[in-house]
Amino acid sequence: MDSREDDGGEPLSRMAEWRDVTPLPQDDGPNPVVPIAYKEEFRETMDYFRAIYKADERSPRALRLTRRAIHLNPGNYTVWHFRRLVLEALNADLDEELDFLQRIANSNSKNYQLWHHRRWVVDRLGANARAKELNLIKKILSIDAKNYHAWSHRQWVLQALGGWEDELDYCQQLLEEDIFNNSAWNQRYFVVTRSPYLGGLKAMRASEVRYTVEAILANPNNECPWRYLQGLYKDDIKALVNDPEISSVCLKPCHEFRDSVVALRTSDTDPLGPDLSMAICDILEHVDSLRASYWIWRKNKLSVAAV
Amino acid sequence: MESFRSLTVTQRDQILVEQQAFDIFKTFYNLPPSSQSFMLELQRENHVEYLTKGLTGLGPSFCVLDANRPWICYWILHSIALLDEFVDPELEDNTIDFLSRCQGPNGGYAGGPGQMPHLATTYAAVNSLVTLGGDKALSSINREKLYMFLRQMKDASGGFRMHDGGEIDVRACYTAISVASLLNILDDELVQNVGNYILSCQTYEGGISGEPGSEAHGGYTFCGLATMILINEVDRLDLSSLTDWVVFRQGVEGGFQGRTNKLVDGCYSFWQGGIFALLKRLNSTKRVKPIPLGDGEGSGEESPQTTASSDAAGEEGLNEDLSLGGSHSEIGDQHNTSSQVNVIDIDHNHSKGHANVEPLFNSLALQQYILLCSQELNGGLRDKPGKSRDHYHTCYCLSGLSVCQRSWLEDEDSPPLPRAVLGPYSNLLEPIHPLYNVVLDRYWGAHEFFTKS
Repeated sequence: MDSREDDGGEPLSRMAEWRDVTPLPQDDGPNPVVPIAYKEEFRETMDYFRAIYKADERSPRALRLTRRAIHLNPGNYTVWHFRRLVLEALNADLDEELDFLQRIANSNSKNYQLWHHRRWVVDRLGANARAKELNLIKKILSIDAKNYHAWSHRQWVLQALGGWEDELDYCQQLLEEDIFNNSAWNQRYFVVTRSPYLGGLKAMRASEVRYTVEAILANPNNECPWRYLQGLYKDDIKALVNDPEISSVCLKPCHEFRDSVVALRTSDTDPLGPDLSMAICDILEHVDSLRASYWIWRKNKLSVAAV
Repeated sequence: MESFRSLTVTQRDQILVEQQAFDIFKTFYNLPPSSQSFMLELQRENHVEYLTKGLTGLGPSFCVLDANRPWICYWILHSIALLDEFVDPELEDNTIDFLSRCQGPNGGYAGGPGQMPHLATTYAAVNSLVTLGGDKALSSINREKLYMFLRQMKDASGGFRMHDGGEIDVRACYTAISVASLLNILDDELVQNVGNYILSCQTYEGGISGEPGSEAHGGYTFCGLATMILINEVDRLDLSSLTDWVVFRQGVEGGFQGRTNKLVDGCYSFWQGGIFALLKRLNSTKRVKPIPLGDGEGSGEESPQTTASSDAAGEEGLNEDLSLGGSHSEIGDQHNTSSQVNVIDIDHNHSKGHANVEPLFNSLALQQYILLCSQELNGGLRDKPGKSRDHYHTCYCLSGLSVCQRSWLEDEDSPPLPRAVLGPYSNLLEPIHPLYNVVLDRYWGAHEFFTKS
């Protein structure tokens, strides 16, 4: 997939356009360590870039040169930074810039510089770019539904430019495709707590609890909804503890242990007495043996607090 | 049992990796004892060969790391130091010279000569020089200019930008604070509001994200926790929910995943495993801290996630007292109720002797993953079976292994008991300083150098 339609990879030294520029070799010193055996095209491109960068030439040919350098090493943040300076100086068409980024997005979906550059461009384009941006991110997520950069970018777009209306539905859709997708659960939390259209966590809690409990019952071994449930009751532990729906859902999957746990309840008003908690830690020490030392530590902390 | 086709992507991917790991373990358990011993052996010579080769020459495909060369230096030098090996004095000199060429005229280190300075490559360069040690390496760092660079990268939000006009995230905070601390140039200007920024990145899951709102992630959790400790604000975090999150990141394969329901990766042996090394210290020195209910859990701190606002992974895709040994006196003072913690303070006045703690994670299981699944017998370590070795994974798998071997020790300096080390005792690696991830005696060398000057 070659987007270098401007210069087709021809050596710069043979191009008339670059005749006036003396390429600047890298100052690696006489005995560099971690030296890379650059291919000739790479070395030459970067030699010309160094010359242009040093001269701070913000011209159309400089713009083309940064594109060439980016293709060869999309991780070169200096080149991206300089590209931004050139784009500004030339008052370039940023929609075209988005198109350029789109073309290289798939093969660079995990590149910090690309996403940061996208953010810079979209920030300048403003609300008009919103729909296109949210759409592009959807496309990237359809290939890898957990791409960290894509999700961070999506959150930034929503906060900077809006577009919250359909976001909960989008989370729903992703969770229907893969209920184990923790990024989608995280996004759900983000929307529920921050969307200006939903009224905040407390307002959404009841419906979210219902949704989450359903997800737990469908796959009790899925860690996501359990943590999400705790998140719904952040700073309000009492409400979590006193909600009978919660305690019943906690006990449902543990058939073998439910009777012993219920039997350990000292009274209805103090369902989480230290004895019960410690008994649970004992059970977990055996059932979740990978984390045995953690459960022992938890149990010890309980006995310290109880004293 | 559902048919393979009705499984979600997460389930499918996980099953495939699990199967590969279990195949390896099954094969291992069926081997005769002598072969088992061999499989558990750390291939020191081969690793050193792989690493040293990288220091002297890299193929053309490495051009994608052309803006990360100090990182390659650090991954290699740190790994060699962990293996308690040394680099030729000539190569050492060449490294010091090369890194000097990466040092910008206005401070900080870039990804290569002639590039812009960047916080991550600054971190890598400083750690490399600290690892090399000695006056020549350490004095090559222009601290005054570096301090100016850090001040320039500081953002109003409290966070730091990775480079001029660059991205702000928890990695940037860590790399800046870590370097400032190591070089003894940490001050109020650099520290202010960093704690607020990181706090806003602790998620409902308990882990820490790269930016406020993003998903809890091992790399960022390590960075966030280490930074909070360095700036002495660690008790503002909800440590019990952080601990609970990270404990559940260890999978059936023995290794760690970076995020909930994602795949195991050898590099998280350090990013997640290192968190336990940090927590271990916090949990033991908490004795001198005033206890509200439990160990600061539910202490009434505003949760970061609900107060709205108040960026490969480790991959190529990170008050003067606070910095170094300033609080030596505090640990010995039983009446001190300040929560000031210098994590690696080894108080020789407290006769802890060979006090042992139980690690909160399964150290042997992680060691088994590293040695049997991550190690390549020809040299180098990798993410998981089926992936190729690289210097980054070699560095972080070995760093994680070092943490594992010493996870029962309260005192980092004591030699571990043989049962703490999976495989032959010769597998033992050098101890690290878990806040900076440099070998401990190199840290002390730098500490001495930078407190003198």
